[in-house]
Amino acid sequence: MLGERSIDHVVLERGEIANSWRRERWESLRLLTPNFQCRLPGFRYDGDDPEGYMSSADVAALITRYAEASNAPVRTHTEVTSLSLDGDGYRLRTPAGELRARSVVIASGACNVPAVPPLREALPSSIECFTPFDYGNPSRLPEGGVLVVGASATGVQIADEIRRSGRRVILSVGEHVRMPRMYRGRDVLWWLERCGLWDERYDEIDDLERARNLPSPQLVGSPERATLDLNALSRAGVELVGRLAAIRDGEALFSGGLKNLFALADLKMNRLLDRFDEWASGQADLDVAPPERFEPTHAPASPRLRLDLASGEVRSIVWATGFRPDYRWLHVPVTDAKGRIRHDGGVVNDAPRLYAIGLPVLRRRKSTFIHGAEDDARDIVEHLVRSL
Amino acid sequence: MAATTISVDNGVNVQALLDAREALKQAPEAARFTWRATCKWLNGTHSRTSVNGFHGLGQEQKHKTEFTFEADHPEVFASEDNGATPVELVLAGLASCLTAGVAAVAQNRGIQLRSVEAKLEGTMDIRGILGVDTDVRNGYEDITVTFNIDADASQQEIEALVAQSQKRSAVFDIVTNPTNVTVQAFKV
Ligand SMILES: Cc1cc2nc3c(=O)[nH]c(=O)nc-3n(C[C@H](O)[C@H](O)[C@H](O)COP(=O)(O)OP(=O)(O)OC[C@H]3O[C@@H](n4cnc5c(N)ncnc54)[C@H](O)[C@@H]3O)c2cc1C
Repeated sequence: MLGERSIDHVVLERGEIANSWRRERWESLRLLTPNFQCRLPGFRYDGDDPEGYMSSADVAALITRYAEASNAPVRTHTEVTSLSLDGDGYRLRTPAGELRARSVVIASGACNVPAVPPLREALPSSIECFTPFDYGNPSRLPEGGVLVVGASATGVQIADEIRRSGRRVILSVGEHVRMPRMYRGRDVLWWLERCGLWDERYDEIDDLERARNLPSPQLVGSPERATLDLNALSRAGVELVGRLAAIRDGEALFSGGLKNLFALADLKMNRLLDRFDEWASGQADLDVAPPERFEPTHAPASPRLRLDLASGEVRSIVWATGFRPDYRWLHVPVTDAKGRIRHDGGVVNDAPRLYAIGLPVLRRRKSTFIHGAEDDARDIVEHLVRSL
Repeated sequence: MAATTISVDNGVNVQALLDAREALKQAPEAARFTWRATCKWLNGTHSRTSVNGFHGLGQEQKHKTEFTFEADHPEVFASEDNGATPVELVLAGLASCLTAGVAAVAQNRGIQLRSVEAKLEGTMDIRGILGVDTDVRNGYEDITVTFNIDADASQQEIEALVAQSQKRSAVFDIVTNPTNVTVQAFKV
């Protein structure tokens, strides 16, 4: 888009093109967005399985093809080790030398490092820890049971996969977003997109803070298009426990508020389905099945509240507790107390011509999804062009 | 120990408690208690909770009289301050449980108490309940209990009293350990 506007630019990448898809995903990962949604500007899925879900390698290939087709001036293996103010522009330090830029777009990703809660420090050393970055596949874990902490997209997928490998799995569940894979015969994300929810703008959302902190939906992209909610995991033999509240005296303590989390997630899912139905009833010739509702999440009779970590019942923990950006190289004072960039729809506060993209609900609900980049990028380039 | 209990009177019938412990070893079912409370909303944040019946020792039981607790929020929360805040009632529960424990343990150990005062402080960041910051928990971050005890005992014995009281306290356990909570709702 910068090229179309004849604006001189470079793209600096510390690794390869599509680095996060090459290095930071577990082996079995497939996108949770269907192929037909994997759109980049001027680039659409043209394969023979529009309803299917890409592997990480497929995504890396797609982005690489896009970079070639768009002739993006990418400098790979060029890590930005420092970005700082320099007069009315910016100075970027890289191992290949310094650059000066009048404007910078921070597109370094929202998920650079796994976010692991500090209570990890209290773990006995007999327990091996993994994150989605180093988990790989179940065979890398030590023999024995596994505690998976976090039940959003990453946690439910990894818990399911480990359980299928024949191990005992305990899944610690915090706040979560429940969704069926298919609704009324269509992919639930087809609904999310078509009914306009994903296009909702950041300045139209009542509680933006909440929207930006929403966990990822409990979805998996599988050939069976199976729903991977907590009922499915229970049926598969995964033991559900509450939010990990503390590790004390070698014991993991889980919140007793599990039933309320289930009730909240069920209520929210039903409100979302109501919204889909409402939208659908106003559409002519929509090829969808009749409305349906799903069984409530079944709570175990009395979920376990404590787990003795020394008993050998579990030998490892997978922290599926989310990701966060890494801005250690960002030496412009634009982050808040929690280390997040302060911005208004991607226009960074108090720093002229500095932009951010690819952050949660940056300008729209779809901002962190692959197909969400296009509209945000267009808006940001528009702003950038005007301010040069 | 038996010899000293004769001269010590903290108003706790330790013998009855010890007998109960023996009896319940034989009949664990009788040890299952169900405590109940009923809360009615009055107005705004003001509510009244009453307790009367409970179940235990294999049958329905009743307090001598019904007890009620008023709860509200203070004026700094734009409320009318008709009673203690619910979080203060939690402190009250913890304080009275630990204090009862101190008396019972002292009696059992033959320590005469003259005065026992517990001061409690619970710190809380209300950005949690207001939903300002989801990383902030709703409940207390820290609770500090300070006992000032006048008794025929050394500092060490007093510390041991208080430690044993925590070890046997129901409310201390409730506050420090997770509990499964089920909340149901019906439209009437
Ligand atoms: C586990 C997981 C599953 C996901 N599944 C889906 C999905 O199914 N569908 C979907 O649409 N989206 C999915 N996403 C979101 C997806 O990551 C984003 O849609 C997309 O990757 C965002 O692209 P980006 O370029 O903004 O960020 P990234 O893909 O993170 O790219 C940022 C790039 O910046 C580079 N970089 C970082 N710091 C520096 C530096 N200092 N100097 C130079 N280069 C640097 C990194 O190497 C990286 O290549 C998923 C994310 C995760 C973590």
